[in-house]
Amino acid sequence: MMMADSGSNEEVAVIVNTDITSTESENNLINTMVERGTALLRKMEINVAEAEKRTGKNTVNMQETYTVYLIEIRPAETVPEGGTPATPDTLWRRYSEFELLRTYLLVTYPYIIIPPLPEKRAEFVWHKLAADNLDPDFVERRRVGLENFLLRVASHPVLSNDKIFFLFLTEEKGWREAVLETGFQDKVDSRLKSLSAMFRVKNPDKRFTALKHYSDELNTVISQLLRVRVKVADRLYGVYKVHGNYGRVFSEWSAIEKEMGDGLQSAGHHMDTYAASIDDILEEEEHYADQLKEYLFYTDAVRSVCRKHELIQYELEIVAQDLVHKKQQKEELATGTVRIFSLKGMTSKLFGQESQEQRESRLAALEQSIQEGEETLKEKNTECHEFVQTAWEDIERFKEQKDKDLREALISYAIMQISMCKKGIQVWSNAKECFNKM
Amino acid sequence: MSVGTPRGLASSGQKPIAEILHPLSAAEEPLSVTVNLGGDKEAGLTNGTPVETSSPASTSSLFNRLQLDDDLEADVRDPYAETTETRDLFVTVSDPKKHVSTMETYITYRVSTKTTRVEFDLPEYCVWRRYQDFDWLRTKLEDSQPTHLIPPLPEKFVMKGVVDRFSEEFVETRMKALDKFLKRIADHPVLSFNPHLNAFLTAKDLNKRQGLALLTKVGESVKYVAGGYKLRARPAEFCAMGEYLDTFNQKLGTIDRIAQRILKEQSEYLTELREYGTVYSSWVGLEDELRRPLEGVAGCVTTCCGALEDLGENMSQDFLPVLREYVLYVESMKNVLRKRDQSQAEYEARLEAAILRKQEDRSPMPVEVEKCQDKVECFNADLKADWERWQSNKRQDFKQLLTGMADKNINHYEKCQAAWESLITLLQDKQTEDKTSETN
Repeated sequence: MMMADSGSNEEVAVIVNTDITSTESENNLINTMVERGTALLRKMEINVAEAEKRTGKNTVNMQETYTVYLIEIRPAETVPEGGTPATPDTLWRRYSEFELLRTYLLVTYPYIIIPPLPEKRAEFVWHKLAADNLDPDFVERRRVGLENFLLRVASHPVLSNDKIFFLFLTEEKGWREAVLETGFQDKVDSRLKSLSAMFRVKNPDKRFTALKHYSDELNTVISQLLRVRVKVADRLYGVYKVHGNYGRVFSEWSAIEKEMGDGLQSAGHHMDTYAASIDDILEEEEHYADQLKEYLFYTDAVRSVCRKHELIQYELEIVAQDLVHKKQQKEELATGTVRIFSLKGMTSKLFGQESQEQRESRLAALEQSIQEGEETLKEKNTECHEFVQTAWEDIERFKEQKDKDLREALISYAIMQISMCKKGIQVWSNAKECFNKM
Repeated sequence: MSVGTPRGLASSGQKPIAEILHPLSAAEEPLSVTVNLGGDKEAGLTNGTPVETSSPASTSSLFNRLQLDDDLEADVRDPYAETTETRDLFVTVSDPKKHVSTMETYITYRVSTKTTRVEFDLPEYCVWRRYQDFDWLRTKLEDSQPTHLIPPLPEKFVMKGVVDRFSEEFVETRMKALDKFLKRIADHPVLSFNPHLNAFLTAKDLNKRQGLALLTKVGESVKYVAGGYKLRARPAEFCAMGEYLDTFNQKLGTIDRIAQRILKEQSEYLTELREYGTVYSSWVGLEDELRRPLEGVAGCVTTCCGALEDLGENMSQDFLPVLREYVLYVESMKNVLRKRDQSQAEYEARLEAAILRKQEDRSPMPVEVEKCQDKVECFNADLKADWERWQSNKRQDFKQLLTGMADKNINHYEKCQAAWESLITLLQDKQTEDKTSETN
């Protein structure tokens, strides 16, 4: 269900999952902020509606259990009053297919910050139960995360136009083949895979350096935040649950009292309620953690773009350097001076001059090489220039998105805290009333 | 388990008391009152009329008690119903002061008294007392009023090095407990007239050597009783009291443990919460647009930490001490029950011996036996009255304690809620600010 504000392009539409209850929606976080204007979203509504367990044989012919997610596509037309909404087109996808889609996007659009997928395995969990991939809470949160991913891509000015993405949403069978057919794997640069590889770039772009630095710092701070949040949640859980013991002891105590009995007994019930309330409170907080996690993973995508730029810059510098080198060689050959060391130069010094013919043929080859080099340099320059331009466009867009999203997340966190306080006040007020009747 | 309103004097022992000659029938003077010990007459002792002498263990005081007005109906008037209009003795403990001498360091407290009672020469007093003095008073009261429940004192010994005896919190807590101790005594219809209390409240210098002779006398009787008398049948209501106290004590212990556990968990939560706040603060430095929201969140977390600290302080300073005090109170009460049992046992033993002798040589009931009987009956009556009083006070005290605990928790959440709400207002104001500047 798309709740869009009518009005100017400045306003943002909020996409909310239809499955969540109104209370969730009220307390809950805005999943994605979408700018109006992608052709795709004008055409269709996208949902990840359900999750199901399947068993099947995997590539090594062994039985495995996995989860599939139902993607629903509906035409984005408003339904008339009293009319029934159109039945959606649906297909099932498993997590590995989402991963394949993302890898394809990463390779195909290296200058775009590709939205991240929800985590493969549960990390930063406060309650050990939810760490299991088959745990219903984890599956549910993953479903929300996958929907979020699709909406992010669908709302991106560049990515939303991608054909493979469209097929992912519409073609259940044969999609995998279509992706592989694009031959995107060939474009994967093995150098990028090694994270520790250092490209010594002579003239680093200050903006990218600053961005990479920011991205690394943001990654650190969000990781820290998530870690500490888990500890805080753990402790808070303990505080609430211990209060439940009051429930039992008040009940036992009330049995030996006359006038105090009723008051104590009912107060005890409220203590039980208090202790039980923490489960929902912490479950809701997981949504906040998920929002933070998304941006934690986003920092990896940002870093990835920076590194691609580094690589392109590096290649450019290599080509330029190579060209300079060749030009110098040509000059030397033409003037006969040896300014730079070359093996040919040394051997000719040691073993005698070469013939005029040899020299001229070498000069011609060098001339050719220089020409090619200049072509390559021009290409690389253009490539680099385009990359920087498109990348910065996307980076600016991302920055705005990040500021808005995180601000909203913080506001909704505050709302959650207020709700928790109100619940606490309610319970203790009830208990106080009971104590007063003692 | 119901503890009923005080009926009449409990019958003690196997033989119906009416069969035995009136204990005072052998006395020289006729009394103004005949006490029917098997029936439903309220013991005149409990109506709050002052005791003239200061050595209740002696026969004369027992006589005196029995001379008191007896036309009070048990069920019509509750002698322990205290209204502020009838209260005529007010005491307060305040102003702790540290004294440093060559020999020792200790704290004294100001004890202020306001009264209209004739037993006091002046309407107002102000004296300085230390813990030792309170302890003295309590011992004196216990010895001179063995049939009454004496309120407990806060714990005497504190482990040096573990607890700082001169810290503000410790002194404050102790002072509140001492204040409660004196107030409970001042409100007691019998104890408040005890001359030792009078001395405590009025004398410039407490001569603690007073009553040495009395001590030895009591000591003797204690020894005598401890000579192994076995109780035949404890009356049901005292059994019920004993059982109640045991269970109640257990529950108190459990509540104490729960409260301590909560304090511990809250303290650990506080530690993590503080770190949580600092992470938000460190994030601020990285951002531009997000500065304000992040600073706001860090600020709210800090406020919540402060509120949590206050809550913990309250629990350890106000809640736990009162709980512990009641544990001591239960101990005192159990002691008194034990003494009652002993006194009944003594009476039964003597009675048995006397009856045997009587069967042999037809001699009249010896006076000691009658004295014992009186003692038991007084004891039972005092105890029952005190029990009722104790139950009523306990109910008030716990009502206050628990509503206080609820209040503190409500307070804590209110503070936190206010902080988060002001953050939202701040952020939403900025949002509308931004929107208007955008459209302009």
